[in-house]
Amino acid sequence: MFERSWTDGLPVVPPTRGRVRKMLEGTTRSPDEVVVSVPPNLIECSVEKIAINAVMAGCRPEFLPVVIAALETICTEEFNMHGVLATTMSVGPIFVVNGPIARDIGMNSGINVLGHGNRANSTIGRAVQLVIHNVGGGGPGGVDRSTLGHMGKQGFCFSENELSSPWPSLAESRGYNSSQNVITAFTGEGPRLVMDQKSRKPESLIRTLAEHLISTVSSRVVVGMDAMLVLSPEHAARFYEAEWSKERFLEEITEIMMVDTDNIIAGSGGIEEGLPAEMKGMSIPKFRPNGLLLVQAGGPAGLFSAIIGGWLNGPSGSEPTSKEILL
Amino acid sequence: MTDEKVLLDPTSESVPAERSLSERPETMAGLTVGLLDISKGRGDIFLNRLEEKLSDTGIEILRFKKPTFTKPAPVDLRHEIATKCDAVIEALAD
Repeated sequence: MFERSWTDGLPVVPPTRGRVRKMLEGTTRSPDEVVVSVPPNLIECSVEKIAINAVMAGCRPEFLPVVIAALETICTEEFNMHGVLATTMSVGPIFVVNGPIARDIGMNSGINVLGHGNRANSTIGRAVQLVIHNVGGGGPGGVDRSTLGHMGKQGFCFSENELSSPWPSLAESRGYNSSQNVITAFTGEGPRLVMDQKSRKPESLIRTLAEHLISTVSSRVVVGMDAMLVLSPEHAARFYEAEWSKERFLEEITEIMMVDTDNIIAGSGGIEEGLPAEMKGMSIPKFRPNGLLLVQAGGPAGLFSAIIGGWLNGPSGSEPTSKEILL
Repeated sequence: MTDEKVLLDPTSESVPAERSLSERPETMAGLTVGLLDISKGRGDIFLNRLEEKLSDTGIEILRFKKPTFTKPAPVDLRHEIATKCDAVIEALAD
């Protein structure tokens, strides 16, 4: 299978008829239903074809609806998977699952949430990437031109810790309710750690988070790229205990992250990269409105959070895209 | 062969149509050349310089621009370039 270029470089589960038949039991959708047109070659893709790749990735049948919904989010004009593949930037699709299905299929939102060790987290994103590779024809060195790539491009999917948080989940912030099963796709880099082990007051911790977020992708990039902040339980608790709402958190961090353009004009500080000179004397937010996606996840101990930098946002690039998961 | 020895094909089961490259012009004299800006930073600087150099030699230049570098060129734009130009030079990036 490797020699046929069917894999992502790791061993895969052979997609026998029996295994694919079993995988298809995970959805009520018909095997021959065409659900997406897969970039870059825009190939119409059936549920059965997705099931074959899901078997190879190591998915269990109950993961299949999530894999299908993940593909439905990224195979859209607004997500622009073709551009995400083709860019030289080191980004790939990252999926966050909200709702009861995440718990039902045993997804991890706790210890090592952005790492390995959980079958659903590890195989759902992998199945999506195999479909892009095998059906869409998009692989590294072909349409995928990423200069560096990142390990999350093997498949990057996790769930949010909704039950122990007083704040709305990512999906709720995007207009869904807590009983809905929702997947959100975001174009992102690998995660970067933010350490703050001393702050006990929210006013202090939020400044640490802002200071790190402001350098996302480049400290000289403003508004044009989004970010995802994965707030760990111990960091989040500083805000819950002080009765901050999610809205207050986002308002205050936006205010702290106003950037004085004089500091990031091309040539300032001896750095050629930067904004054009005509943008001097302005104060600009680091992120566009709703350009900071907040997800609550991680193990119960550890005063660390994580930042996942984005890619070019809006109609010229990739929009974070959510979709309800159909069982 | 038993079911367990047959693997189902995970690919699109299609082969892209092979197309040969257009014949390369031996000379640029008398040709109409399209300059395509993909909307990447400083592509215009490169193409402006090319336009200066090529115009000096009497070549007719037409300028085109993709709406964004992150997406394939719209079909209409590709059609316009193909019907109006004998050759095209694309400024890729930075």
